[in-house]
Amino acid sequence: MSSSVLILLLPFISFVVSGIWGRKYLKNFSGILGTVCMLVSFILAASVAYNYFFVTGRVGGQYLGTIPFEMNWLRFTNELSINIGILIDPISVMMLLVVTFISLMVHVYSLGYMKGEERYATYYSFLSLFTFSMLGLVVATNIFQTYVFWELVGVSSFLLIGFYFQKASAVAASKKAFIVTRFADLGFLAGILVLSYYSGSLDFKEIIARYTDPANPHLQAIATASFGGVSALSWALTLIFIGGAGKSAMFPLHIWLPDAMEGPTPVSALIHAATMVVAGVYLVARLFPVYAISCPAALHVVAIVGVISAAFAALIACTQTDIKRVLAYSTMSQIGFMMFALGVSKYGGEEGLGYMASMFHLFTHAVFKALLFLCAGTIIHHVHSNELKDMGGLRKSMPLTHITFLLACLAIAGIPPFAGFFSKEEILSAAFQHDPVIYWAAIATAALTSFYMFRLFFMTFYYDGEKKAEAHGHDDHSAGHSSIAMTGVQVVLAIGAVVAGFVPFGQFVSSDGFALPTHIDISFSVLPVSLSIGGILLAMFFFYKKSDKAIRISEGLGSVFVTLKHKFYIDEIYAFVTKKIIFNLIAAPAAWIDKNIVDGMMNTFAKATEVFSFSLSGWQSGKVQSYAAWFLAGVLSLVLISLYLLQLL
Amino acid sequence: MNLGLLLLVPLLTAAAIAFSKGKNMPRVIALGGAFVQLLLCVVLLFAYRTAHQVAPAQGMYFETSYPWFASLGINYHTGVDGISIAMMLLTACVVLAGILVSWNMEKQVKEFFFLLTILSGGAYGFFMALDLFLLFFFLEVAVIPKYLLIGIWGSGKKEYSANKLALMLMGGSALVLVGMLGLYYHSATPADGFSLTNLGKQQIPLDVQLFFFPFLFVGFGIFTALFPFHTWVPDGHSSAPTAASMFLAGISMKLGGYGCLRVAAFLMPEAAHFYSGYIVALAAIAILYGAFATMMQTDLKYMNAYSSVSHCGFVLLGIGMLTPSAISGAVIQMVSHGLMTALFFAAIGMIYERTHTRTIKELGGLLKIMPFISTVFFIAGLCSLGLPGFSGFVAEMTVFVGSWQRPEEMYRVATIVACMSIVVTAVYILRATGMSLMGTIKNKAYEELKDATWNEKVAAVVLIGAILVIGITPFYLTHLIDPGTNQIMENINRYISLN
Repeated sequence: MSSSVLILLLPFISFVVSGIWGRKYLKNFSGILGTVCMLVSFILAASVAYNYFFVTGRVGGQYLGTIPFEMNWLRFTNELSINIGILIDPISVMMLLVVTFISLMVHVYSLGYMKGEERYATYYSFLSLFTFSMLGLVVATNIFQTYVFWELVGVSSFLLIGFYFQKASAVAASKKAFIVTRFADLGFLAGILVLSYYSGSLDFKEIIARYTDPANPHLQAIATASFGGVSALSWALTLIFIGGAGKSAMFPLHIWLPDAMEGPTPVSALIHAATMVVAGVYLVARLFPVYAISCPAALHVVAIVGVISAAFAALIACTQTDIKRVLAYSTMSQIGFMMFALGVSKYGGEEGLGYMASMFHLFTHAVFKALLFLCAGTIIHHVHSNELKDMGGLRKSMPLTHITFLLACLAIAGIPPFAGFFSKEEILSAAFQHDPVIYWAAIATAALTSFYMFRLFFMTFYYDGEKKAEAHGHDDHSAGHSSIAMTGVQVVLAIGAVVAGFVPFGQFVSSDGFALPTHIDISFSVLPVSLSIGGILLAMFFFYKKSDKAIRISEGLGSVFVTLKHKFYIDEIYAFVTKKIIFNLIAAPAAWIDKNIVDGMMNTFAKATEVFSFSLSGWQSGKVQSYAAWFLAGVLSLVLISLYLLQLL
Repeated sequence: MNLGLLLLVPLLTAAAIAFSKGKNMPRVIALGGAFVQLLLCVVLLFAYRTAHQVAPAQGMYFETSYPWFASLGINYHTGVDGISIAMMLLTACVVLAGILVSWNMEKQVKEFFFLLTILSGGAYGFFMALDLFLLFFFLEVAVIPKYLLIGIWGSGKKEYSANKLALMLMGGSALVLVGMLGLYYHSATPADGFSLTNLGKQQIPLDVQLFFFPFLFVGFGIFTALFPFHTWVPDGHSSAPTAASMFLAGISMKLGGYGCLRVAAFLMPEAAHFYSGYIVALAAIAILYGAFATMMQTDLKYMNAYSSVSHCGFVLLGIGMLTPSAISGAVIQMVSHGLMTALFFAAIGMIYERTHTRTIKELGGLLKIMPFISTVFFIAGLCSLGLPGFSGFVAEMTVFVGSWQRPEEMYRVATIVACMSIVVTAVYILRATGMSLMGTIKNKAYEELKDATWNEKVAAVVLIGAILVIGITPFYLTHLIDPGTNQIMENINRYISLN
């Protein structure tokens, strides 16, 4: 029990200590403090995981949830209260492991990357807060606990994205991230209200138990209550999914994610790989039995939004020229994979393959996406630019990053035997079993993924003109060499990207807790893998050597390319809605009405009184006693009038 | 424990200030007095906890009653329950912080601290009064000094604001007085006529309730920015000196909420039920409309004042819903908003004192120059937008969940409208922090400015500490106020059944 509490407590302590005393007293020590706390957290998480998966967790062949710690935090009614606790079950343990591991890697990497930063202690403090919030979200026993930490994740991302607060773009990006996710959280909150009103509990265990038993009166109540022709259960689950879609950057709430790269690059790694963006997937997975058993319609929404986001983001990723933006869209696309995998899944046994696949992909994705971002961080550190045009030919000056980035790209492209292959195959086969349309969309997106990832790879490390090479020869001396911390982390994660796929994931995590055999069917894999290889070859054809092939193609595509390049103009649409409609048509009139009409009414009233009293000014004798008498008379007559009226009533 | 001490201390402090000389003596006495008040409130808190354990069903504790105008049935009758104690603790914290923030006051120091101390005494008296006449008396004590505080020490169009505030609050008081007299004349015996506890035990005839409830509710409502009578708030708060703004938003607006709950809803539950739809509608309008109006403000004080309109809407919404958790949410929101808005005004005051501007656009990059003050401002903002870990979250969520327990469609719509404010609040808070704290330093002259001084730091730490205690361990506060809200609920449930 105590160890699982400590996993959360250590990052929190690091946050408080570095946050209050870091700048003045700890200074560079706060990095060490944060890292040591994370290391201990990670070791504890690993021991909890070992203990759960191999010693105590499985009862009669099934993994059940246990709650080693729980306390009543805020009681609303007799039935509804927020409990803060720690839930240990397969997905929470898996997430504990992933979050602490990735966070540890980011902490270590930042020791090198953020060296010399003025607000170094603040940075580590925020990093710890972020990790703490995510851990609290993961182990939540109560849906309101999820919401509590959900909000904390939101604010920590705000703090970190806006870390370089003197940059206007960073301020704008941090605001955008917070407000867009807050908007989605409104859906989450409303969903919780609807869900809890009928369930009579905010506890996950109770909610799931009550809403998955067809004979349960709570379920019958929420399924029969309807609003606008849609059952309250569908409303609740869809609204909760909106919250999840906001945090997980699903279309059309994704607009904050590409801008979120304004934060320091290791932060992007943390946001994109292990925290924040997977929170939405995790939320759906947490309530999965309710979605799958009682409300397939809401789950269908999840599937559709997931697959649209996956394809949409992959298309945009092909046209972006900023290394972190490409990676951001790739994250959105991969999260889309996880979402629709959940969406096509059913509950229990082989039918629940999608659930397992989704969690598996979450697990492998965390490793290779963290690697991709940290490599990007090293590259940016080296060339002092995010733009692909400033890169090219870097394989010579950054051999190690070249290799690790290649491994990560192979993993995300789904080339065997790298991590992404295994999880993506499971997702594709789940989609194949349940929904052919989604399957074909997914397989096309997978091919696109390998194209844009290798476009990025070749444009960064190859694609060299002569001019570039010289420039870098010069740059090598001035630019900071990446430190041991940074390269070490890259190597560890690269090993992870190679081996993570070999984990027999279905043994540990499945929709119903029973072991699910992982099966890779060679005949099934032929098509996706060859498409992925095709994507790589295509990228190689265009971007291995500097040429104008790609430019000619993009010109040939004309307006299609321009639309993609402008990310389908979604940002512009949002800007229009917020600036033109909300500010100009709602907020400005509200302020105007208040100033001129509501207050104007009061002022007119005052003015009228003044005019009236001026006409009576002869009465102004200046004698206080007579005023008092009049005042008293006035009050008394008011009373008399009201008494008189009352008699009439 | 003798509650009279909490009136005696401010009175003696004020007297001592009146006879003090120089610049330093008044403020030291005021600070000492405020500190003793806080100490007394903490002692009261623990005394209450013990007393409550001994006699959990007692209702009011530490009651004292002396005849005052025996012939009219007016008594000096005081007593407290958990809700009053929470409000008194709030008062003590805000007053202490207010005095610390005004430490370097230059103009008419003696009078300033004298009035501030009198105000705090009025607030304590109001929260402990169990006699309606006494309650009204203290309500007035807590209004009149504000007129002077704004008129003399204010800024901007201070005469206009002071007049407006005094007139509108006086109007509110007049309505309250009419409502009270109505109750007085319809009580079973004239001897009970002003007694809150005795009136609570009687069922007042329905027609009397329906007629006089609006007087009391609107009268008190004006104090707590009931739409459309909220317009004194922006001008009044903005023109007031920092400590007065803190007191005004932190405590005065709570007098109204407390009165709506303790007097109007408690004594006339059937009328409260009858009018609840109107109350809820007005509250929901205030919440969202206030939030949108806040978005367009260009002055930090106006921004916070409008945001107070929006946040006090939660108090009225909770009371209007008449469910146990909504009401307890309303009480939590009173405490939370009191602390948070006082902190906000304190931070704005600190910024204004240094930069001599409150226009959001003229600031910028302050985080770099004054990290402490900026962090305080930011924390107040986070509390305002309802971030977990701060008191605002606890209050808002309790109101939301409580409100949702009313299944009628209209109440549902009002709840959703209120929920929508969490997004709008985030927009205006982040807009203000983004423009004033973050970004590049707009004015070169600001680079020389100094960060917070010791007194400002202590003030901020007191308020932030209280906000965090509620935010991180909300169960202490809910345990404190629950018996009080239950008692009010019992009275309501005796006559009406919801749903």
